[in-house]
Amino acid sequence: MKKIIVVGNGMVGYKFCEKFVALAKDKKFQLTVFGEEPRPAYDRVHLSEFFQSKDAKALEMAPREWYEEHGIELVTDERVTAIHRVSKKVTTSKDINYKYDYLVLATGSAPFVPNIPGVEKKGVFVYRTIEDLEAMLSYAAKLKKGRKKETIKAAVLGGGLLGLEAAKAVMDMGFEPHVVEFASKLMPRQLDTRASNVLQEKLESLGINIHLSKATNKILGDKNITGMEFGEYDKIDVEMLVISAGIRPRDELGKTCFLEMGTRGGIVVSDKMQTSDPEIFAIGEVALYNQMIYGLVAPGYDMAGVAVNQIIGNTDVLMESDIDMSTKLKLIGVDVASYGEPFMPVEKGYSIIYENKTKNLYKRINISHDGKNLLGGILVGDATDYNMFHQIYLNGLPIPEDAEELILGSRGEGGSSFGSVMDIPDAAQVCSCESITKGDICCSITEGDCQNLGDVIAKTKATTGCGGCKPMVADLVNETLKSLGKEVKETICEHFSFNRQELYDLIKVNQVKDYDETLNLFGEGHGCETCKPLVASIFATITMETPNKQVGIQDTNDRFLANIQRNGTYSVVPRIAGGEITPDKLIVIGEVAKKYDLYTKITGGQRIDLFGAQLHELPLIWKELIDAGFESGHAYGKSLRTVKSCVGSTWCRFGMHESVTFAIEIEDRYKGLRSPHKLKGGVSGCIRECAEARGKDFGLIAVDGGWNLYVCGNGGATPKHAVLFAEQLDDATAIKYLDRFLMFYIRTAGPLVRTAPWLDKLEGGIEYLKKVVIEDSLGIAEELDAEMQGLVNKYECEWKQAIEDPNMAKRFKHFVNSDDTDDNLVFVPMRDQKMPKAW
Amino acid sequence: MQDILNQYNTVSDADVTTWFEVGTVSDFPENSGACIKYKTKQIAVYNFTRTDKWYACQNLCPHKMEMVLSLGMIGDKDGVAKVACPMHKKNFSLEDGSNLAGDDLKIAVYPVKIEAGNVYIGFSD
Repeated sequence: MKKIIVVGNGMVGYKFCEKFVALAKDKKFQLTVFGEEPRPAYDRVHLSEFFQSKDAKALEMAPREWYEEHGIELVTDERVTAIHRVSKKVTTSKDINYKYDYLVLATGSAPFVPNIPGVEKKGVFVYRTIEDLEAMLSYAAKLKKGRKKETIKAAVLGGGLLGLEAAKAVMDMGFEPHVVEFASKLMPRQLDTRASNVLQEKLESLGINIHLSKATNKILGDKNITGMEFGEYDKIDVEMLVISAGIRPRDELGKTCFLEMGTRGGIVVSDKMQTSDPEIFAIGEVALYNQMIYGLVAPGYDMAGVAVNQIIGNTDVLMESDIDMSTKLKLIGVDVASYGEPFMPVEKGYSIIYENKTKNLYKRINISHDGKNLLGGILVGDATDYNMFHQIYLNGLPIPEDAEELILGSRGEGGSSFGSVMDIPDAAQVCSCESITKGDICCSITEGDCQNLGDVIAKTKATTGCGGCKPMVADLVNETLKSLGKEVKETICEHFSFNRQELYDLIKVNQVKDYDETLNLFGEGHGCETCKPLVASIFATITMETPNKQVGIQDTNDRFLANIQRNGTYSVVPRIAGGEITPDKLIVIGEVAKKYDLYTKITGGQRIDLFGAQLHELPLIWKELIDAGFESGHAYGKSLRTVKSCVGSTWCRFGMHESVTFAIEIEDRYKGLRSPHKLKGGVSGCIRECAEARGKDFGLIAVDGGWNLYVCGNGGATPKHAVLFAEQLDDATAIKYLDRFLMFYIRTAGPLVRTAPWLDKLEGGIEYLKKVVIEDSLGIAEELDAEMQGLVNKYECEWKQAIEDPNMAKRFKHFVNSDDTDDNLVFVPMRDQKMPKAW
Repeated sequence: MQDILNQYNTVSDADVTTWFEVGTVSDFPENSGACIKYKTKQIAVYNFTRTDKWYACQNLCPHKMEMVLSLGMIGDKDGVAKVACPMHKKNFSLEDGSNLAGDDLKIAVYPVKIEAGNVYIGFSD
């Protein structure tokens, strides 16, 4: 058995172990890992999260047990101090020798601390390990002790990636952060000057002070730091300093055993990750590859993979020569991304730049001279499109003829300028941290047994590094599932594995007669409060049956044809179509309310609500109302409620058409119509829109030459204005379109989905809806017309049915075994009326 | 209000001292609920015809103290017979009175027997 020793248990050292476990299955090797820190490898990329969670364990790449389970010997808190190449041994800080056959150096890097006078003072820290953070926290606590609310300033030296992360950490500790950068811009390796300006403005608005083009001469203070001096009269007072001025490879071990080194440090490696000694490998930030130290996680992980393959004998696995340095990160809530060639030399191509200072947005794309390829770019403020840009860049995908559409969006009809995620080639790397390709992700579903995003992540490890690729992985998973017809289905409930539209079709086609038969044929169990009212609504549409036919499956309100209120009493709402009522009818309502002592209020839908009726009183109240010519207002149902109107041209001096007359006609046409959710309408006599028709599921507004029809608005929790559907319609055409629109909605919407969210989800949106209704693109218009006309013809007042039914008395009795009424009801007076007593 | 709630305690078959006749089978709606009165108590009674099983529980929903459970829709969750309160759709098991959403509120349940077409509820008081 051959022995492998890994020196260093950081992210890349850990990745070596992980890939080793995955690849070296024949147990020909024994793996020992040395880490100088007290804990197993953790995620340094997300180090600043430690300040919020204070939970070092949460950052761990894998728990200690993981190493044990996989037969890896993990030695922490013990540093390798020397390599003896001839005898193939290493010596540790505990003066113990270990033999190796292969040695892997993953010692990483150390923060570069510039040689500034005073840098040794107390309060000066580096930002690299959890221990560094703990030391900063305890120093911060000392500083804050005894001080009240005055702000304490702290500086970060270095405005690169890590420096800005450190600034966030400093801010989270409660200090006023100051970032000091030597260059004239932030993140000099990733951003151009304009991008840096946008980022700077955004960061300053968040309370982070930025000082550019500052060379620090001196750290001020006696024992503890009190400030930084840049020039003769140029200094800032700070009480803590975090140095984040770049990294230096931890290459001492290589130097002392005479491996070939770079002139400015780093252990030279080949594309096999081999050093000048073929039995010694170097990976991660200690390795000098292509004359470069790569300070990003993704190339480090690739190097780990190459080293594992080389050692176990897969010698054809080599490191790529072009290393992708693209990065995307969220800095203090600000998206920043840069990919490919962020700065464009004029001889290679041209740039398109979009900058919006009001929104702190900056987007730059660099395009080849022939306009065919995306060569790189920068995003600040919004990096939503990063993954797609990155893939286009990596895979040389085609870009729009007018490349500006990539950042400005296409101006034509609907759709994005990207195309689908499925257009990316299978070999394209989607998760660069874990080297997962699109093919890996899609195959885990098509050929493996993954069923959803969670499965795919568990299986492939995609998204588990920086997490930046998650939106794209989610899209790929969804699209792949869709292509297999395995789309995650919205089913009604545990009793029916169909959606509403499917069950609607099944009941209609099979001429099912009632709920029980539906459950026998297509469902299981007893049903529940979700599927019963849904099926009731479907039957109401197919047969126009009222809730009196299948009482047991109605929601409680529909079962008793009234709205159950706070204390278990009910409210009564007679229909007052269009809000028009005669004085005589108004008197009847008043008399009924008085007789039964009901609290009376005008509703938002221009009618009158009578509250506080007991169950047994409902039929008595309705008998009187019906005798006076009223009918049910369906205020309790998922059905048409009201069509609100303004007074219109009959009285109003501005009115264009008779809005009340038309509102009454429409309300009478659709009264009793059951739908997936409640339906409200409005008709306004002119554009002053007093009926608030655009806040309704359908609205008509009188204009010169007819009615403008608006659809899919609502008030409520998510208010939405109805959108213009057709203009200058005559009465008959308006009703024809309304018939089709309502019928199409009732057929296709999910349960309890109002028209506005239904339209949001309708593929093709309002334009599609127009095609279906106006142009009859689906060829169903005639059917929709006939169905609606059938429903209109079959209308019956369900309260009239109920009071004429001899069995009705039973339904409206509080007790089966007694004529007593509920004695728990208590009312208290309020403004000359009554209200339920609060318990 | 607590007094009203406290008078409802689950009664098991073994504890029954009184089988109280509340009406005939046809007095109760199929696959939904109705309410009966026993002394000062209001009890909801449900007839599940698909399994030919009857259940009874307190009519009082312990959430907002409303006498409404007999008006709720019934059905099952994973095979457990349940009622959904009409006010806020809290789901209670009719088998043991537990709250199926897992929170603390529970209801008292009572045994039901059918003899010669008559419905009896078991009480221990």
